[in-house]
Amino acid sequence: MSKLKPEVTEKDHAQGKQNAPITIVEYGDYQCPYCGDAYPIVKEIEETFGDQINFVFRNFPLQEAHPFAFPAAIAAEAAALQGKFWEMHDALYENQYRLDEDLFDELAETIGLDIEKFQADSTKVEVKQKVEDDFESGVRSGVNGTPSFYVNGNKFDGAATDLYQMLKESTE
Amino acid sequence: MLEKGTKAPDFELNATPDQKIKLTDFLGKNVILAFYPADWSPVCSDQMALYNEMLKYFTKHDAQIFGISVDSVWCHLAFEKDRNLHFPLLADFEPKGAVSKAYGVYDEGAGESKRALFVIDKEGEIAWSYLSPTAVNPGADGILDALEALDKK
Repeated sequence: MSKLKPEVTEKDHAQGKQNAPITIVEYGDYQCPYCGDAYPIVKEIEETFGDQINFVFRNFPLQEAHPFAFPAAIAAEAAALQGKFWEMHDALYENQYRLDEDLFDELAETIGLDIEKFQADSTKVEVKQKVEDDFESGVRSGVNGTPSFYVNGNKFDGAATDLYQMLKESTE
Repeated sequence: MLEKGTKAPDFELNATPDQKIKLTDFLGKNVILAFYPADWSPVCSDQMALYNEMLKYFTKHDAQIFGISVDSVWCHLAFEKDRNLHFPLLADFEPKGAVSKAYGVYDEGAGESKRALFVIDKEGEIAWSYLSPTAVNPGADGILDALEALDKK
């Protein structure tokens, strides 16, 4: 079974308590329709299991298949530098149906970012590096498509709905 | 399926209607062969789409990747164009599946290649091979591990 490499660190974007019993890592692509489908289910998982879940998102943009996947990942990482990674992450999935190059500034404004800083951060080498490091860690971890989920460091072979089902059964 | 330590059988297959790829022309370079059942599987979980994103990692290890299936060159061309693929897909088309058979990864029942990976070293010897269940995209972690082991040799 494929293992998450490297393990979750403080450099990751996490939504939930670090010491939660269940850590879920998603490797996702903002333009992938299957990731778009998974988004509300992940939200449901977080709502249903609350403090038991620590949810981490890592970037896995398939740039050749999805032309806006990489710039979208950059937008989320740039938003992170203003403490709003999750706001941008959510906005991107909620507006996935109209993803294009003009959307990023619009969303940045909607979620209340300093636009000038956002635009400048979007061109930073460190921001690009973060996305590429995530991608490489995904490859190392055996990601074979998006979304790919890891539960407490082990690859979960299934979609978000299967994950929800598995969690439900294991906590009953 | 051919295992580690075996000399990789040479072959010459069409990558396009007028371009042939001969394995022994790549001696001195690491070669990755990715046999797969068919073009046109769903996009986001597609094995070839994943390798397409990884070309720079393969280049770093001085490795060239080829996809191989029994689809014809014209089918490969349309698939490459649709998916924006930047590496050659080889047509194991006539005689059908001959190269897949030579590597021991032909599925007689389905009439397709199995999903199998080979990493061949610079001397033309198989350094690593892996057979994946047909329905499972094997990812690329095994390939990278094999290439890294070769770099250390």
